[in-house]
Amino acid sequence: MTDSIAAFFAMGGYAFYVWPSLGLTAVVMVGLLWSSWRGLRSAEGTLESLRAAPTPQGTEASGRPE
Amino acid sequence: MHRFANPNRFMQISGALLPWTAASTVLLVAAGLYLGLFRAPPDYQQGESVRIMYVHVPTSWMAMFCYTFLAGSAAVGLIWKHPLADLSAKAAAPIGACFTLLALATGSLWGKPMWGTWWEWDARLTSVLVLFFLYLGYIALVNAFDDPTRGVRAGSILALVGFVNVPIIKFSVDWWNTLHQPASVFRMDGPTIHTSMLIPLLLMGVGFTTYFFWVWMLRVRTEIVAGKIRAHRRRQVQRAPVDFAGDGRAVSTEG
Repeated sequence: MTDSIAAFFAMGGYAFYVWPSLGLTAVVMVGLLWSSWRGLRSAEGTLESLRAAPTPQGTEASGRPE
Repeated sequence: MHRFANPNRFMQISGALLPWTAASTVLLVAAGLYLGLFRAPPDYQQGESVRIMYVHVPTSWMAMFCYTFLAGSAAVGLIWKHPLADLSAKAAAPIGACFTLLALATGSLWGKPMWGTWWEWDARLTSVLVLFFLYLGYIALVNAFDDPTRGVRAGSILALVGFVNVPIIKFSVDWWNTLHQPASVFRMDGPTIHTSMLIPLLLMGVGFTTYFFWVWMLRVRTEIVAGKIRAHRRRQVQRAPVDFAGDGRAVSTEG
């Protein structure tokens, strides 16, 4: 059992090339997804606070749909 | 088509599709990795190093798919001046740049043990490197102007001119002598690789495509919200009383 696990991670001697390929792909794709999601969240937050804040003249503009 | 291409409509439809693209991405990539890493056999020439194929080939497909999508959006934006098309192009560019970077990096990691070199200035590798710079050029141009519409316009023209590179990449392995092997999936006479390798490869390809649409929708939504923020700030500035501080300069309230 432990032999077969070790053999799997050794990748027939190509571990140094196979695992970085998979790892780098995972890191870049998850990172891009995460930063895109964070960007959307922060933009939504900014829009919410702008709509909640009173306008300079005190006129009601919050919550108005575009 | 223009019925779906208005921002409110887009927010509605993408809001409904987001969970589905997320779920299909996770399922398809998990199935592809399982079959590719545990079920598919090692290659008779390349041994276990062939497993790099399950990320290298789909990321390379996506590098070209994203560019085609970017150029198509740019064309619609330039010809019909549709604002959503510009947002679509802007959203696709960073995703394509990431896939191209991954195609280059995983190709390098596969090339070292198989060809004995990390990099070779041959037609396939060089044209993909050019693709990467086209993405970076588009992103830089779009952000280089104070007026966003001028930036997008300049970027779109670059994206369209650069599209000539996509068929060059595709056929580079047939037109020039190269270390890179020729196509083995999308061929006129059908795939030449075994089903046990083809299925995980296709699962990864479809999974990366749903990933693209997942991230693309998130980024287009971000652009739409950013547009609303700009519109809101413009209205605030217009409504603000203009104060002169005696020196004749108007005090802006934009922060």
